[in-house]
Amino acid sequence: MKLAISAALVGSASAWSTLTMKAQTPNSRRNILQKGAAIATAIAAPAAANAYAVPDLLYPFEALEPYIDAPTMKIHHDKHHGTYVANINKATEGKDEVDILELQLNALEAGPAYRNSGGGHYNHAFFWDEMAPPDEAKKTKPSAELEAAIDKAFGSLDDMKAKFEAQAAPGAVFGSGWVWICASSDGLKLVGTPNQDNPLMKGVTDEVMFPILGLDVWEHAYYLKYQNRRPEYVSNWWNVVNWDKVSENYAYVTENKAGVPVRG
Amino acid sequence: MQQIISLLSIFAVAAHAATYDLPPLPFGLSALKPMISKNTLQIHHGKHHAKYVDTLNSLVAGTHLENQPLETIIKESYKSNKSIFNNAAQAWNHSFYWQCMKAKGGGTPDESSHKQLCDKINASFGSYANFRKQFAEAANTAFGSGWAWLVSDRKGNLSVTKTIGAENPMVASGRLIPILTCDVWEHAYYLDYANLRPTYVDTFLEKLVNWEFVAENLERAMDSGRNWSC
Ligand SMILES: [Fe+2]
Ligand SMILES: [Fe+2]
Repeated sequence: MKLAISAALVGSASAWSTLTMKAQTPNSRRNILQKGAAIATAIAAPAAANAYAVPDLLYPFEALEPYIDAPTMKIHHDKHHGTYVANINKATEGKDEVDILELQLNALEAGPAYRNSGGGHYNHAFFWDEMAPPDEAKKTKPSAELEAAIDKAFGSLDDMKAKFEAQAAPGAVFGSGWVWICASSDGLKLVGTPNQDNPLMKGVTDEVMFPILGLDVWEHAYYLKYQNRRPEYVSNWWNVVNWDKVSENYAYVTENKAGVPVRG
Repeated sequence: MQQIISLLSIFAVAAHAATYDLPPLPFGLSALKPMISKNTLQIHHGKHHAKYVDTLNSLVAGTHLENQPLETIIKESYKSNKSIFNNAAQAWNHSFYWQCMKAKGGGTPDESSHKQLCDKINASFGSYANFRKQFAEAANTAFGSGWAWLVSDRKGNLSVTKTIGAENPMVASGRLIPILTCDVWEHAYYLDYANLRPTYVDTFLEKLVNWEFVAENLERAMDSGRNWSC
């Protein structure tokens, strides 16, 4: 039933990517309600000008110390993420409100504002929620299903981490970008993407894939604390990865064949 | 002790002749304070730039590009070897960027000492103010990590462009000659300006541009045009 609705809504290239939109989620119901509300108030007011918002962090700015410092978290969240949100709000002003997840698929065709600012909003919202304070993160671990998928794709969790770190090195993602573990039609895949691109966007990777773990390797993500030492930032970052959330992401994308919804 | 160390380093250089050496900064580490801090220059030159140079040298060692001029390596690797290109172009871009700045620089180029440059800016942009607006726009909108450039053709027609990553106008479509650049990778300004790239770019234009160097570059670009047409 879910699949039928999704497939009816989107006609796109591969069997896997036809399933990327999720008509059945609360977010979409919200959109439908909001569309109704928008029509009702259209005469009185233009469509919502601030469709997207920066979600509050689930932990204080200093909670990821000493691995990610409080000033970095504050500027990264309030200013960088804030700017992406302001810009995607500007670009979508006066248009029907669409969940940020659903903007990803056609972001390349929709133009640089959608690709850069829409991508920037989704990626950062996704990133904040997969992290937790180190003492909590330490108690989390991949679910049995996720562990099996990791073992199958990478050999072991340690092997996955080593490959991830290599992909996150400055020579592999040159300049600004992200590193992702994604669910694909062929198990888990590791990819790097430039700037604010992500594998949910058609045309970024060979097929559309669903991220379950992502790391921001823009310099702004680590420069105040690590400067040129990106590899140290990357290896330290494992200390704040919330594997319970990553496992949840994995369960969600395998069940729904859709990207993980984000707050904001 | 000091002597032993320098003897050792001379020996090290002789033993592994580098294709390209990291040039020293053309000013002191504190010379650009407070516009660019000592800390930023130390890391930017001593770590980032040095790393591009080291990586370049190790990538070309034993290949046909070893000991070729840097510009040759950039042009030859552009389409064929991304990691050599990235490191070679970043080595060049940074060497060029340092020379584009000086203490007490920036503002409008001096009409009496740089007449040709002023004429070309006016002819190409209408005014210095228009040039500055276009340059700041390019620098502020280069998404991610990149560079803003003032470029010239061989006749001295100027334009502003931006590139992403290591890309350099000498190889990018159009093949124009760089005469000024501003590094807008976040590492260039993050310790001093954090997310405020526009403030860094304004400061660069207002207080740092080395117009003597830009004027020389323009002269060379036009000379190459004159030689070209012979
Ligand atoms: Fe970021
Ligand atoms: Fe740089």
